[in-house]
Amino acid sequence: MFGHALKCLHRIGSQWSWLCVAALALALLSALGGLSFAATPEIEDTWASLANDIFRGRPLADGTGLVSIDMPIRAEDAAIVPVTMRVTLPPGDSRGLKALTLVIDSNPVPVAATFTFSDSAGISVISTRVRINSYTNVHVVAELSDSKLYLAQTYVKASGGCSAPAAKNADEAIATLGQMRFRVFGKPSGAQREAQVMIRHPNNSGLQRDQVSLLYIPANFVDELHVWQGHALLFSMKSGISISEDPNFRFTYVPNGATTFKVEARDTNGKVFVSEWPATTSEPSNDSSNL
Amino acid sequence: MPFQSVRPRSATACLTLLATLLGVMPAARPGETADPLPVTEVASGIYAHIGAIAVMTPENEGAIANVGFVVGSSAVAVIDSGGSLREGRRLLAAIRAVATKPIRYVINTHAHPDHIFGNAAFEGAVVIGHKNLPRALAARGQFYLDAFRRVLGDELMTGIKIVPPTQIVEREARIDLGDRILLLQAWRASHTDNDLTVLDETTATLFAGDLVFLRHLPVLDGSLKGWLAVIGELATIPAGRVVPGHGPIADWPAALEDERTYLQLLAQQVRALIKGGETINAASQNVAESERTRWELFEENNVRNATAAYSELEWE
Repeated sequence: MFGHALKCLHRIGSQWSWLCVAALALALLSALGGLSFAATPEIEDTWASLANDIFRGRPLADGTGLVSIDMPIRAEDAAIVPVTMRVTLPPGDSRGLKALTLVIDSNPVPVAATFTFSDSAGISVISTRVRINSYTNVHVVAELSDSKLYLAQTYVKASGGCSAPAAKNADEAIATLGQMRFRVFGKPSGAQREAQVMIRHPNNSGLQRDQVSLLYIPANFVDELHVWQGHALLFSMKSGISISEDPNFRFTYVPNGATTFKVEARDTNGKVFVSEWPATTSEPSNDSSNL
Repeated sequence: MPFQSVRPRSATACLTLLATLLGVMPAARPGETADPLPVTEVASGIYAHIGAIAVMTPENEGAIANVGFVVGSSAVAVIDSGGSLREGRRLLAAIRAVATKPIRYVINTHAHPDHIFGNAAFEGAVVIGHKNLPRALAARGQFYLDAFRRVLGDELMTGIKIVPPTQIVEREARIDLGDRILLLQAWRASHTDNDLTVLDETTATLFAGDLVFLRHLPVLDGSLKGWLAVIGELATIPAGRVVPGHGPIADWPAALEDERTYLQLLAQQVRALIKGGETINAASQNVAESERTRWELFEENNVRNATAAYSELEWE
């Protein structure tokens, strides 16, 4: 191609060549236009109508400084994109965090999850992993205890390469379905500690179509989760198909002195998974039953 | 050179360049002669095209994976069809330049687009894959078609279809091409959960698919623990040389060493980060750094590998 370009440019001086150069310049301009498009593809801004549907027209205040969302700029693996939502109230603000709604605008079902928190939970940070189908804006809306809604947003580029928002090891996903883990992390931070809930589940979206039968692989995903500290509910979650396989939630909380944690998850097939752990768990389990 | 005589050539050159820049070069239509893909005869009757060490782009026409074919006395088997229908057609042209026997089989080593997007070029052939290949294509096929339309563009995607296997391999199978037998082996989850290798017993040549990467950073899309175990088993295959999924043809089993080193380091460091309570995001940023200069496409794939490794190993 560059050989051609040189040949073409060498003919400068002839009438034909000027035509060629002009046409090339136009082509280059259009190619450059294409490049800039590829770098930041326009994504349809559906947020206004999405927000209106999800929050029924309630006003969404700018959450800058109050609520933040942290995701990699590029979804390296379309199936597992880490996301951290954080609410930081200024000193003297006595409000608490009531709910967080995570919305991945361009995904087939935009509402990824809604977390509701109990007053006593003291949760200010929660992380999970989501599937990203395309270039998309991602929004998080925090509802504080005065019922005001605050918005933060970020933008994620779709992954390249062979990654897909699908299971990597589908047999393993089926064989281990329903296993759960709970981990309390060692280092307390002030009054808060950090813990993690892990659930083995393929979280099939129901949107994947068999190319031969043209039938959709049935949806089966975790759509409800409750986490208790002793008898006190920490948080509940309702989720859709954007949560990654093996749903995983890492969160800060304020210990209430309870000696156990309990987790109950339910999937769309109606299966219920319940487990309980001592509150002292601070190291990852050495259970290797599913190697 | 007198102006008059070069003018037509200059015009053609200019138009070709314009067409390329504007992306309006017509795709080869069925029946049209495609430019044969460059192939080397690796061993008697065994041909391979070594793909670019790159991500799929319109410029490379998706031709980044190694593809090949084996010629027997009665039939030809294609091993992976390439990353676009155009590459598949160019592979077909390369086959027709050296063999007239019917193309009876298209063997797909796994479900990734750079290995299967050319399948539609080989209509009438029996498509063979791992027992999990149909499931993987069902789960990923439409996503790949949509995602790579953004990457490769409409024109190059024209005619690309997900063509699932009509013959599957549970554990192993042999196919007879006439005076040569190919041994097909299905592996447990490793690079993907649908990896298949092809051994030409006559020349001791192994087509390893993406179970073997050289120069191109290995990409983890199955199971890290599985892959490390499978590497040990692969090493016992009685082959003299390997056509890896990506990278140059190499001696066997020495070709496994580089990827074993990387994958072991990945596993070891990710395990330590999980144990230390690092988040998946933090852990994926600084893993296997000492391997960075030993591979191409490290930047493009390492974080993703670490993410996949973390989400697998945290269940240990």
